[in-house]
Amino acid sequence: MINQNNVADEFVAVQSDDLTVRELDSICVNESQLEHKWYHNLKYVLVGIAFGIVFVKAEIISWFRIQEMFRFQSFHMYGVIGSAVVIGVISVWLIKKFNIRTIYGEEIIFHPKTFNKGQVIGGLLFGLGWAITGACPGPLFALVGSGATVIIATLLSAIAGTWVYGYFRDKLPH
Amino acid sequence: MYELITQPWPWYVAGPLIGLTVPALLILGNKSFGISSSMRHVCAACLPANISFFKYDWKKEIWNLAFVFGILLGGIIAVTGLSNPNDIVVADELKTELAGYGITDYSALVPADIFSWDQLATLKGFIMVILGGFIVGFGTRYAGGCTSGHAIMGLSTLQWPSLVATCCFMVGGILTANFILPYILSL
Repeated sequence: MINQNNVADEFVAVQSDDLTVRELDSICVNESQLEHKWYHNLKYVLVGIAFGIVFVKAEIISWFRIQEMFRFQSFHMYGVIGSAVVIGVISVWLIKKFNIRTIYGEEIIFHPKTFNKGQVIGGLLFGLGWAITGACPGPLFALVGSGATVIIATLLSAIAGTWVYGYFRDKLPH
Repeated sequence: MYELITQPWPWYVAGPLIGLTVPALLILGNKSFGISSSMRHVCAACLPANISFFKYDWKKEIWNLAFVFGILLGGIIAVTGLSNPNDIVVADELKTELAGYGITDYSALVPADIFSWDQLATLKGFIMVILGGFIVGFGTRYAGGCTSGHAIMGLSTLQWPSLVATCCFMVGGILTANFILPYILSL
């Protein structure tokens, strides 16, 4: 308790370097300076469960739905992504407008993305993979849970792809 | 009521629920919604191999691994308690086209004619299950995010690089589904 401030300061200093690495090519960086016991992560498991159920029940994880989307044969996926973005935009606007804080009282931080060529080249590549496998990373996890065990192979391969990207990252155009 | 839940959920129920993930994660702990990063954390945890891109304290991002573990559990719950007993309803045009490639099984969310363990050894199965997955992993990290990180979180915070990425996802997918996939499916 007594040294809490000092500890926090040191923690920030050590973290800054680490955060720089973690921030590379990523959207979700944990910027919270709070340290929690492991069981605090259970709430993210719960959000994940809700999310996974929606994924399966709305058939977003279906290869067929993704094919329909890319062939303009169904509105379903456009409706899902579009309405999710609308709710997301409104939520973020409300959070900023009313300066809503986290349940721990921390200020909510948004970090701007900088543009690089990766968003174009990587984006096109991901589109290619998405159309073939019919799954983006989230659905891969839900598919495995839903009993499509062969998707474990797809997931492991995607992790391998991530690793290979990390290996060649410095040589790729950005 | 139960029947309503076991049926496929319409977009106007699913979309807003997915959108609510954005404020949920922010308010629960200042976390930006994103899924593909979890695969990077797995690399950092299991095989950092002295690559600077993986040399960071992955334990700080353990929430993200908890989140994707939850998604997996959600998948289990959805098929155990809330499963839809009927075949998936697919657009007739797509059915006609897929029948030409021998895809006729609509009992699961993914076509069992391709996504099964015994298809893995075939060229088609290898390209679609293994190579496709590899490209997803490589591409999302190169792009700095996937559908959740860019299309939903990025657009929700009105970031134009995420709009560029999202457009590229769609262009890549549309070109592939219409002009490349037919060749793969014909293998």
